[in-house]
Amino acid sequence: MKRRDFLAGAAGALALPGAALAQLDPLDPLVRALAGGAPVRKGRVTLVLPQLADNGNSVPIRITVDSPMTPADHVKSIHLYSERNPVPNMANFYLGPRAGKAEINSRVRLAGSQRVTAVAKLSDGTFWYDAAPIVVTLSACLDES
Amino acid sequence: MAARIQVPRAARRGDVIEVRILIQHPMETGYRHDDVGHLIKRNVINVLSCRYAGVEVFRADLSSGISANPYVQFYTVAEASGDLEFTWVDDEGQRGSERQAIVVKG
Repeated sequence: MKRRDFLAGAAGALALPGAALAQLDPLDPLVRALAGGAPVRKGRVTLVLPQLADNGNSVPIRITVDSPMTPADHVKSIHLYSERNPVPNMANFYLGPRAGKAEINSRVRLAGSQRVTAVAKLSDGTFWYDAAPIVVTLSACLDES
Repeated sequence: MAARIQVPRAARRGDVIEVRILIQHPMETGYRHDDVGHLIKRNVINVLSCRYAGVEVFRADLSSGISANPYVQFYTVAEASGDLEFTWVDDEGQRGSERQAIVVKG
């Protein structure tokens, strides 16, 4: 068996089925608490994660929000949620019109294969989100490493 | 706590500039044990903020979900010459700061 075929197969076997991910949403209460009852719609936010991370201790993450970033219309904050980390709210970033561009890059720890969610709060009071699935081979946080 | 920041030294007024910071910090999660089995106390950087000529332009609440040696990249508009000053605090109350001047033309 070629290494490439093996890796593709392994990644497929580890990935959670899409249907199960759609139903299982332990983040929901947290996101709802953040939005305070306002609807959180999908769109405007783009969350970029690698499909597969060999090491969950440092996973590059990029969040961009489609916003002109003017005093009248800008992103106020971006919130990152993990489904399986012991601390689900990984980070909050506070921006303003002085950012010029709503983009954040960082590196996160992920305890296992899961779905990561980014929620953006806009100056007009609306909330938008994007989620991305990721397969993590070596989980962070709970390992004795 | 050592940190490395990357900010352009000069920019034109109105330019969107890329700001990068990498702080040397273990971001201890509080879930690991040492060699004799004792839990290692959580010690992460809670707050990181960036002030541009005295005005806060960026702030982040971090947690154990952020990798050791936290790296953050964001953007800001070059408005006027001045200092970009970063400050951060960890769970043990240790503070760090780093600054770099930027010259804005035009």
